[in-house]
Amino acid sequence: MIKLDSKIPEGAMADKWKNYIDHAKLVNPSNKRKLDIIVVGTGLAGASAAASLAEMGYEVKIFCYQDSPRRAHSIAAQGGINAAKNYPNDGDSVYRLFYDTVKGGDDRAREANVYRLAEVSNNIIDQCVAQGIPFAREYGGLLDNRSFGGAQVSRTFYARGQTGQQLLLGAYSALSRQIKKGKVTLYNRRDMLDVVKIDGRARGIITRNLVTGEIERHAAHAVVLATGGYGNVFYLSTNAMGSNVSPAWKAYKAGAAFANPCYMQIHPTCIPVHGDFQSKLTLMSESLRNDGRIWVPKKKEDAEAIKAGKLKPTQIKEEDRDYYLERRYPAFGNLVPRDVASRAAKERVDAGHGVGPTGIAVYLDFEEAIGRLGKSVVEARYGNLFQMYEKIVDEDPYTTPMMIYPASHYTMGGLWVDYNLMTTVPGLYAIGEANFSDHGANRLGASALMQGLADGYFVLPYTIADYLADQIHVPRFTGKEPEFNDVEKNVNERIKKLMSINGKQSVDSFHKRLGHIMWEYVGMARNEEGLKKALEEIPKLREEFWKDVRIPGDTAEFNNELEKAGRVADFLELGELIARDALNRTESCGGHFREESQTPEGEAKRDDENFTYVAAWEYKGDGQEPELHKEHLTFEAIKLVQRNYK
Amino acid sequence: MDLTLKIWRQANAQAKGKMVEYKVTGVSPDSSFFEMLDVLNQDLIEKGEDPVAFDHDCREGICGTCSLYINGRAHGPDSGVTTCQLHMRKFKDGDTIFIEPWRAKAFPIVKDLIVNRGAFDSIIQAGGYISVNTGGVPDANAIPIPKVNADAAMDAAACIGCGACVATCKNASAMLFVAAKVSQFANLPQGKIEAKRRVQNMVAEMDALGFGNCSNTYACEQECPKEISVSNIAKMNREFLSAKLCADVKDI
Ligand SMILES: Cc1cc2nc3c(=O)[nH]c(=O)nc-3n(C[C@H](O)[C@H](O)[C@H](O)COP(=O)(O)OP(=O)(O)OC[C@H]3O[C@@H](n4cnc5c(N)ncnc54)[C@H](O)[C@@H]3O)c2cc1C
Ligand code: SF4
Ligand code: FES
Repeated sequence: MIKLDSKIPEGAMADKWKNYIDHAKLVNPSNKRKLDIIVVGTGLAGASAAASLAEMGYEVKIFCYQDSPRRAHSIAAQGGINAAKNYPNDGDSVYRLFYDTVKGGDDRAREANVYRLAEVSNNIIDQCVAQGIPFAREYGGLLDNRSFGGAQVSRTFYARGQTGQQLLLGAYSALSRQIKKGKVTLYNRRDMLDVVKIDGRARGIITRNLVTGEIERHAAHAVVLATGGYGNVFYLSTNAMGSNVSPAWKAYKAGAAFANPCYMQIHPTCIPVHGDFQSKLTLMSESLRNDGRIWVPKKKEDAEAIKAGKLKPTQIKEEDRDYYLERRYPAFGNLVPRDVASRAAKERVDAGHGVGPTGIAVYLDFEEAIGRLGKSVVEARYGNLFQMYEKIVDEDPYTTPMMIYPASHYTMGGLWVDYNLMTTVPGLYAIGEANFSDHGANRLGASALMQGLADGYFVLPYTIADYLADQIHVPRFTGKEPEFNDVEKNVNERIKKLMSINGKQSVDSFHKRLGHIMWEYVGMARNEEGLKKALEEIPKLREEFWKDVRIPGDTAEFNNELEKAGRVADFLELGELIARDALNRTESCGGHFREESQTPEGEAKRDDENFTYVAAWEYKGDGQEPELHKEHLTFEAIKLVQRNYK
Repeated sequence: MDLTLKIWRQANAQAKGKMVEYKVTGVSPDSSFFEMLDVLNQDLIEKGEDPVAFDHDCREGICGTCSLYINGRAHGPDSGVTTCQLHMRKFKDGDTIFIEPWRAKAFPIVKDLIVNRGAFDSIIQAGGYISVNTGGVPDANAIPIPKVNADAAMDAAACIGCGACVATCKNASAMLFVAAKVSQFANLPQGKIEAKRRVQNMVAEMDALGFGNCSNTYACEQECPKEISVSNIAKMNREFLSAKLCADVKDI
């Protein structure tokens, strides 16, 4: 039975992290060499953690499913990374970044974690510049900033439209340096299939070598999961094709609580779905909302005419356009937080004002910006995004407005962790998007990169020492312990079972169907009836999967279908937990909108009295209902109030 | 659109490969090249055949995973794009399309269209970094960097490590890839301190891994999806020469 203890340090909010560092246990350098750490994931969180831990002297093993650590999904982040530097002198501070993040998260995050995040944010920028990351600069040679949704200051650092790429390549280069030194061993093209516990503590993992199909054992004193988010449960999302929940899900089944699974971010500015064959959705960075204006036609007839191809958006007169975000939220306008912008788009489309060939899109228009700044400035700021759009849609966004629509993008929920970033399994840590910790019910733009690197460079290296200090007398594990046998046996049995089904339908076809159920009933707007329906449909689909999926090929070879099958099988279980969590939370908050809980104007309505808690679910066995544990959130530094972006 | 595909099939690194012909029908011109291959693979799976293995992940041109040689061109007929960004509207109904993996000694085939590009990781490990540990670094604005230099560094840093430059080069040279990294750091004050050692170690590693020599045909620049300029190669050659001339540089 799980007991949640957030282990928040004593003291005033601004002193907690300092107090923690002052009193945390340390491991001396000669002992660090005797300690092994497994890091699964080479994204911002995993690469930065592995590099930092190796520099400190630990022996690190790192894993990724891609051919190279440099290809982790973090590479795709476009817009930027936040920090409280206040270089533009516009009133930013650690407190304000903390405040905005908690408020952006709709008062559903743990204050102490968020404060620490804001505190270390500045160190990240220093670190990245020292690594040679070519952030955008002003003519005077100093760093440039832009603004992102949910903030009234400019605190976002960026490297053109490729910030994630540059930050990841920085962490990858630090990692590469440690690989060369022999302090980190890289295991690429590996799929983590399970966690191994010995006497209740995480001591290793089981992986499949994706090239040879070999099942392998890896042992260590502690295991860190940096395996990213689970947005692909919707099938179509902005995540990389291989992004998956499996490592986190295996941790859940091994006793780690899964927190707030229903907090998922639907990003407002993605290229709309255009056909059934579609395999993924492409994000158009939120930074575009700095200069682009979002609108739909005021008159339904105009929307109809556009849909039928009889009218062009440029032919619609200014007074016939509804800039609905500017109308509804004059204070923040086009820069309202993502959840608010996404729902507002859905509202207009549902009301029949949607545009494009499907009618499921809204415009993001740069005409005014090009008039104000000139084409060359707009091109310098967003050139690569415009090019990307044009390649996909075959339209020129300089002359005709972009079409956008919300899509699954990021998951605030994830493995429950305490202040140390440890899950409820001792010695098992979760960092980056894989944990639930900092973004509450909604993440602000440019804060995921900040969190991933904060966890990896500046938080975990301290907090893991506090745990490992007690482990210096524990001899190295070999992978030959009986516990490894048991877990490996289960892994092999599951693979055998999957391969022996030999049914008729492909893995992807099941994934697509799951995605439809999730989008329809557990998507941007949820209600009791729909969620109950999802709770009926998902188990049925899962049953069908285990009876009728077809996986060609063999186990002892490169077999992409087998790899995907394992992941989709886990998504089919996760989907149910998401629906269950969404059903339990009858309030609306952040990315979770319950139609039953809204104001007369259609804004989300929270229920602080009953829901100011983190919902942490404990696995109780297949076919059993999971148990809900509540971590009650207390607010010391910030007052609980309904968000208002008007 | 109805298409004929001729695809390189090879069961594993040891096996002998061959071109195999397939037909796909009803492909939407708005679909991406990979979505077209998805259709083919769905078909093959339903027929109980082994689907075609190809590398891909982000499907938006940034991770550098995808790597197809299409009709004799790295990343296909469009310019400035990766394979995953290539759309079927660039082809015509009835076309025959040849699809092969990257071919280079340093990139052995794993299966079908998938190759092992671990050699690129080794080159970066040899010196593609600035040697700073986490923490204890100066304030980010302590050293102003002229915008033109930061922009030039960014131009070079945009490389996604896909390997198209190697695949397209008749010598299978990795010069553009190495030059992009060397030149990113050479443009920045932070990178200067180790500049000489970096270029020597990276070039030595590249040579050891079996990449060919650069004979300045500039095919790499044409096929690079990120349009990395060959001027980076010239910059790297200068760095390399000055490192050679400088007697005190030792490989440490
Ligand atoms: C298109 C896009 C744009 C974004 N833009 C921004 C932005 O501008 N600013 C911002 O702050 N955030 C942005 N985000 C969010 C941000 O990029 C992610 O939240 C963040 O990068 C996640 O980093 P991570 O290290 O936690 O995980 P990831 O980068 O997802 O890495 C996961 C790692 O785990 C490994 N892994 C996963 N499963 C397995 C397995 N089964 N076995 C072995 N290894 C496994 C993978 O190989 C990979 O190395 C964006 C996200 C997307 C999708
Ligand atoms: S230089 Fe261009 S072609 Fe070569 S690896 Fe980099 S992005 Fe690919
Ligand atoms: S799949 Fe990522 S660049 Fe093509």
